[in-house]
Amino acid sequence: MKILVCISKTPDTTAKIAFTDNNTKFAGDGVQWIINPYDEWYALVRAIELKEKDPATVIHLVTVGLADTEPIIRKALALGGDEAIRVNGENADPFYIASQLAEVARQGGYDLVFTGKETIDYNGSAIGGMLAELLDMPYISLAAKFDLNGSVATIVREIEGGEETDEVNLPVVVSCQKGMAEQRIPNMKGIMGARSKPLKVLEPVAIAPLTSIASFELPPAKAGVKLVSADNPAELIRLLHEEAKVF
Amino acid sequence: MSVLIYIDHSEAQIKKSSLEAICYGAALARQLGTGAEAILLGTVNEDLAALGKYGVTRIYQVAGEALQHLDSGLFTKVLAEAVPATGAKVVVFSNNMNGKALAPRLAARLKAGFVSGAVALPDTASGFSVKKSVFSGKAFAHISLKTDIKIISLNPNSFPLTTGEGKAEIAPLNIAVGAPKVKVVSATQSTGQVPLTEAELVVSGGRGLKGPENWGMVEELAKLLGAATACSRPVADAHWRPHNEHVGQTGIAIAPNLYIAIGISGAIQHLAGVNRSKTIVVINKDPEAPFFKAADYGIVGDAFEVVPKMIEAVKKLKGIV
Repeated sequence: MKILVCISKTPDTTAKIAFTDNNTKFAGDGVQWIINPYDEWYALVRAIELKEKDPATVIHLVTVGLADTEPIIRKALALGGDEAIRVNGENADPFYIASQLAEVARQGGYDLVFTGKETIDYNGSAIGGMLAELLDMPYISLAAKFDLNGSVATIVREIEGGEETDEVNLPVVVSCQKGMAEQRIPNMKGIMGARSKPLKVLEPVAIAPLTSIASFELPPAKAGVKLVSADNPAELIRLLHEEAKVF
Repeated sequence: MSVLIYIDHSEAQIKKSSLEAICYGAALARQLGTGAEAILLGTVNEDLAALGKYGVTRIYQVAGEALQHLDSGLFTKVLAEAVPATGAKVVVFSNNMNGKALAPRLAARLKAGFVSGAVALPDTASGFSVKKSVFSGKAFAHISLKTDIKIISLNPNSFPLTTGEGKAEIAPLNIAVGAPKVKVVSATQSTGQVPLTEAELVVSGGRGLKGPENWGMVEELAKLLGAATACSRPVADAHWRPHNEHVGQTGIAIAPNLYIAIGISGAIQHLAGVNRSKTIVVINKDPEAPFFKAADYGIVGDAFEVVPKMIEAVKKLKGIV
């Protein structure tokens, strides 16, 4: 059983969002970078749990990024995983990233490919679906539970107002979200061990991106809160009804 | 040259978010001086021709038992044949649960430029760029698409439903449907409740409510307003409320017309999931709660005193004594 876990580097959830170069680039200086939480907490930890159940399982991590992504790769290896692959390319667009990941996935012959449900920076939720198409594999998105019985995966995915349980034969691409696993903190043994785990660097394949970011903008500032006295909640309801007209 | 809108359905019902996608696609078609058509895979128990009132003139329908449940690979193959057959240059999806699985897959197959989570009509004055939500609602990006075929998925609750006159023509499309690889074993849907992602009004509770036993007033207020209920992460983590109610950066992101936050301090991760709400109301006894900075209306006070009075006022407004 071989699992490929796709990880991405994102700004920390509390990072200040600002832009430079005439609002065309994220202001990354001084920002704390983390493993995209969906990739780490759900995709990677669930893969580690599967390996704990079946120690013959091999977990490879992959990311597309320049050398500055290596700290988060090491952190991911400290949590678990046998080796990591870094495709030495920039985040050009989702199709470019998915194509690089697909190349790695084809070479490795994986039974299972995990991604997070989206990255918390670009919120694209595009990589898993694109990757599945490029690999011609079934794709289950927004998975909240994943179980394996031989070569059949039982996966619970979120649907509007409920959930759906699907069965699918491996190989499969799964995008992971809350419910799959619980966040873990790497221990000292993991951190020490991560230093000696293999980290392969591959050059990207030539792929033309299909989209580009023209510019960013911040939402307009709020006008400020209108406070109503705690003695008079009826006034709040009146304002919502007559002024905001929300009901 | 036309715009093609994908109609999503479950339990033989068309999703409300797909109606928004139709209105968006129709508005885009008017902007481009072209026509808007829609496509449905499978069958629904609804009068399809009536969707004409949202602005589509024709609805292509591909029949097949295997199309009642989403198998993104199978659906992609069908759509990849349908798109050139209809001559569509822009395909619009809702960025809902099924749209998130299907739209990127189709984009990869057609090598089409793809924008997910669009929040406004494309700017087509020079080129083609689409505004989307990024950084979990904390910013927007304008994405340029240069490919011949373009795919856009529209965030739910981001485009108003408008109706006019008109009936759509139903046009069966004869496309061979392969065998599904995904077997749907079961599906559960909380009945009678408004799905959180589609809800226009949301009442949400946080740790300030002290325990799951105190959710009665949240539910009562929500029910009176026809709102969905939601909660903050600590509440879901403590199992006071189900995980599918957790809104925030690592839960679900919503953009209702009204978000009422009761006993939620407003940590940045929570705000990320709700800051696209059109009106935010905060009830918190701590005047320093950061949520007040992001709110439109607020009451500094004890939720256990304020919320019952709000319920009374809503009852009076609705004529329920």
